[in-house]
Amino acid sequence: MVEPVIKTVDLNCYFGSDHVLKGVNVEIPPNEILGVIGPANSGKTTFLRALNRLNYLHRNYSQTGEIYLGGREIREVGDNLLRKRIGVIFALPQVLPVTIFENVAYGPKVHGTRNKAVVAHTVEEALKKAYLWDEVKDRLHEPAIRLSGGQQQRLCIARTLAVEPEVILYDEPCSGLDPISTAMVEDAMQKLKADYTQILVTNNTKQASRVSERCAFFLMGELVEIDDTHTLFTNPKDERTDDYITGRFG
Amino acid sequence: MNGAKIRQTIAFSVLGALTLLIVVPILGVIVYIAINGAGAVTWEFLTAAPRQGMKAGGIFPAIVGTILLVVGTMLFSLPLGVLSAIYLVEYARDNLFTRMIKLSVVNLSGIPSIVYGLFGFTLFVLLLRFGTSILAGSLTLAIMSLPVIITAAKEALESVPFTYREISLSLGASRWQTVRYCVLPYAIPGILTGTVLSLSRAAGETAPILFTVAAFYLPRLPRSAFDQVMALPYHLYVISTQVPNIPLELSFATALVLVALVFLMNVVSIFLRAHYRKKRLW
Repeated sequence: MVEPVIKTVDLNCYFGSDHVLKGVNVEIPPNEILGVIGPANSGKTTFLRALNRLNYLHRNYSQTGEIYLGGREIREVGDNLLRKRIGVIFALPQVLPVTIFENVAYGPKVHGTRNKAVVAHTVEEALKKAYLWDEVKDRLHEPAIRLSGGQQQRLCIARTLAVEPEVILYDEPCSGLDPISTAMVEDAMQKLKADYTQILVTNNTKQASRVSERCAFFLMGELVEIDDTHTLFTNPKDERTDDYITGRFG
Repeated sequence: MNGAKIRQTIAFSVLGALTLLIVVPILGVIVYIAINGAGAVTWEFLTAAPRQGMKAGGIFPAIVGTILLVVGTMLFSLPLGVLSAIYLVEYARDNLFTRMIKLSVVNLSGIPSIVYGLFGFTLFVLLLRFGTSILAGSLTLAIMSLPVIITAAKEALESVPFTYREISLSLGASRWQTVRYCVLPYAIPGILTGTVLSLSRAAGETAPILFTVAAFYLPRLPRSAFDQVMALPYHLYVISTQVPNIPLELSFATALVLVALVFLMNVVSIFLRAHYRKKRLW
């Protein structure tokens, strides 16, 4: 097997005394789209946010176990560089109250790109990769808030791409979007596969089966099963997985 | 009309009337001062030094003194206040030390201004040997202004949505970059409001400058930050109560100038606020 991009070893996460994630071991090879499914409060989002240490923005969060990015423990990488290398797309489109251009240019700027032409080029490339360029190229200096929800979410993807990450985390990225916008986001993910490792947390099992190659099923903080998406959906090994995907609970 | 609608109309009328009640005393004070003092506000009154034991001439040195004190106060209290607020909101962990700072800020705002005056006199005038000077007066007024500025800045920073910080940090920005680019720009209008509010109070205070800077009668402009200076509120107090036979009109005119100065500061802050609001795009 190829060297995994991300590897977690016995990962346990706690919010105060709540044991939210229990001994999770996962290996994610490069260029994979990993789907993460499970009912509410199963620890999917906590798992995702553990990977770039966003959980630590909460005051009472603690964690044991190890997480490796390209063979290196993420604590050694440093938060700023880690979050540059592992980008995240949040559930609701969250744009900064500045222009479309400035939203995407923010990342390169904080990472030290001063040259205006370089920034402009990075912004254009990122917007193209997120399939938003054609819709916004004539209105780059309008407030980002004027975009539709689906456009805003693709703007968020472009903003993440602009800092040139290796891994992109999606935290239910389509939960607030209509089917057409959802299709566009899924499309973008497929095209990004060539260059990025992607992890998609979703409440929509159909979306997981459409988009991902492998799929992980979480239940009450436990990683119940992880397998090829096709196998997991047609021939799950664990009864609880079967119950969930056939809609018996959750 | 049904019952709910009638009750709503009554409630709105009562609330409206009560709100109007706030405007009455303010307008009353301003109109009363203007009627009695406007006649004496001449070009000479604004630009000349007092003469004949303050019975004639103008109040120019006092105007300059008050402006210098406000600027000096701002120089010390604005950076200190805003930086403390940034520390408290963005960096400080919730521990005993932080709680002690927050408690101090709250208590600082409850101290009577004469106590600040005596404290400033002891610390700046005597102990640090600044003498009765603009420097000592500004520092005293700055300490008095700090709690309002810190509280206003804190609230302004806290009202910036957490998602902006989350976005910035998730893109790999450092904490300071996040504060600098994603928090501070949106907090500036609120910080300005609090600053002007506390500075206009500082402009009108008498007790803190009584022993630290104010000159009873000094019909010339200060030469350095270690010089004494006249100030409008203290001058008003002096000509109203300490010197006999001063035309009442002069007191009213001095009060009018002081009120106008504070009003002007507020107008400037309104324009600045509007300018910064325009930058925010939503």
